[in-house]
Amino acid sequence: MGLAGAGPLIDVHAHFYYDGCARADWQPLNAARLRAGRAIGITCHVGSILGSWGRNSPIYFQSPADTIVGNDAMLALQRAHGSLIRSYVAVNPNDMTLALGEIERCVALGAVGIKLAAARRADDPHVDPIAAYAATHGLPILHHIWQHRRRYWPGQDASDGAELCRLAVRHPGVNVILAHIGGGGDYSHTFAAVRDTPNVYLDLAGSGVDRGMLDDALATVGPRRLLWGADLTLCTGLAKLWALETIGLSADDLADIRWRNAARIFPQGAFESAGESASAPASRQGRSSARTVA
Amino acid sequence: MPRVDVNAFIGEYPFRSVPHPDPDALVRVMDREEIAQAWVASLPAVWHRDPTHANDALIARLAPHASRLRAVPTIRPDWPQWRDALGRCADHNVPAIRAYPVHWGLGADDERLTQLAAECAGQGMALLLTVRFEDLRQRHALDVAGDLPAASVRELARADTGARIIVTAASRDMIEEVHWGLTPNERAKVWWDISWLWGPPEDHLAHLLRTIGSERFVFGTGWPLRLAQTPRANLALLPDELHALQLSDPSTWT
Repeated sequence: MGLAGAGPLIDVHAHFYYDGCARADWQPLNAARLRAGRAIGITCHVGSILGSWGRNSPIYFQSPADTIVGNDAMLALQRAHGSLIRSYVAVNPNDMTLALGEIERCVALGAVGIKLAAARRADDPHVDPIAAYAATHGLPILHHIWQHRRRYWPGQDASDGAELCRLAVRHPGVNVILAHIGGGGDYSHTFAAVRDTPNVYLDLAGSGVDRGMLDDALATVGPRRLLWGADLTLCTGLAKLWALETIGLSADDLADIRWRNAARIFPQGAFESAGESASAPASRQGRSSARTVA
Repeated sequence: MPRVDVNAFIGEYPFRSVPHPDPDALVRVMDREEIAQAWVASLPAVWHRDPTHANDALIARLAPHASRLRAVPTIRPDWPQWRDALGRCADHNVPAIRAYPVHWGLGADDERLTQLAAECAGQGMALLLTVRFEDLRQRHALDVAGDLPAASVRELARADTGARIIVTAASRDMIEEVHWGLTPNERAKVWWDISWLWGPPEDHLAHLLRTIGSERFVFGTGWPLRLAQTPRANLALLPDELHALQLSDPSTWT
């Protein structure tokens, strides 16, 4: 049994690296993620690679060439690790023709979702063709988010929860994953922004471990709209799993957050190892009766 | 080895709601996390101009839990009669005092900080500094103090006051900038808590334990602002060859 207990556990927000990207230590980084994943008990890492991670083009404004190389590297990891790794196809909406073609190419090769970062605001109509494609093909979109973006930040055209909801409202048939509530910014703004948009899910990833954050997320959207993830810090991911165990969640609620919500919103068959027979409609909501984290 | 949390607080935080930040809750959390003792400061004292009343309240509120919770009062060395205040702390056998130079507008070269460190050394107390309470990206518009600069720690360590300096909530870059900017003798007076260090895959904690040594690190949570489970998770995810390493135990310091 892993440090996070028994049962399936899907990390919906993982990243990997490859030979030729900006990280010379790409091999130890990938190995460390898999080592920690084994220790925790992660049954599937759903990962993405953002171009060359800044080596040949900016992380959040990846060039067409970097987009293809990065996605190829991600798919190669998926092939190498079987059911342990699944891929998002990461695209830059500014090169829309390439983006749509890349999504189609990578989904045919096994990608299970779309990753959008910060090359274009989420509510920009320019993003709509990608959302429309996602709706047609039943693909979730994981969208990088700056929780309560109050100004421009260097290096990215980040979106916040309110901006993401405008995209989600225009495309109610798409399941949108709001990235890393612990990944920087004011998550309390996010919770209020997404409350009434049922096709927006919150991933718990990020280095932020503020007490009260998980409680407020549960109170606002309920356990059926939360997805566990780690992003760049598996230690905080494990801490959040341990915290969820202390706040009075039912076994069902905990299983929803650990893996079942993911199994519902990703394409059928995406997680062979995660007991997909429990799949159910993704639009149902629940309200948590959880007590406060101590 | 009994685990000592050097980075705990009680009291309200001015910029967001923090669930039940009181001594009773802290003791329950310590039981769950197998923490034997916590060094506890007053969170409101950070923002009070005069921390006297917050210190009095801290000592009174911790008294029923004296065997587990040790008070860490706040002393600002730019306030009249601060040495008297420090003396009163000594009467309560406190293990350390806290100072917040950035919040008080004291620069890295401010001699009053050096004087405070020297007095702490004379009283056998550690001097506890805080790099940050929250991530810079989420701070309230009025929370403009900024993070503690590395230079403040380096200057204090170089002043050779004899004081033990504990720095909480530092990340890898700051720790390395300070540690490798000091002589071996100066480094030996500085400890770092692990509350803000990243685990895998970046493995900042593992890297620092290998390069700097576990004896320079102490256990800290940042409770009630942060999940107390985080440092335990970070230690649990260390690579196998580092699991046997022991952090420094401040309860053994004399």
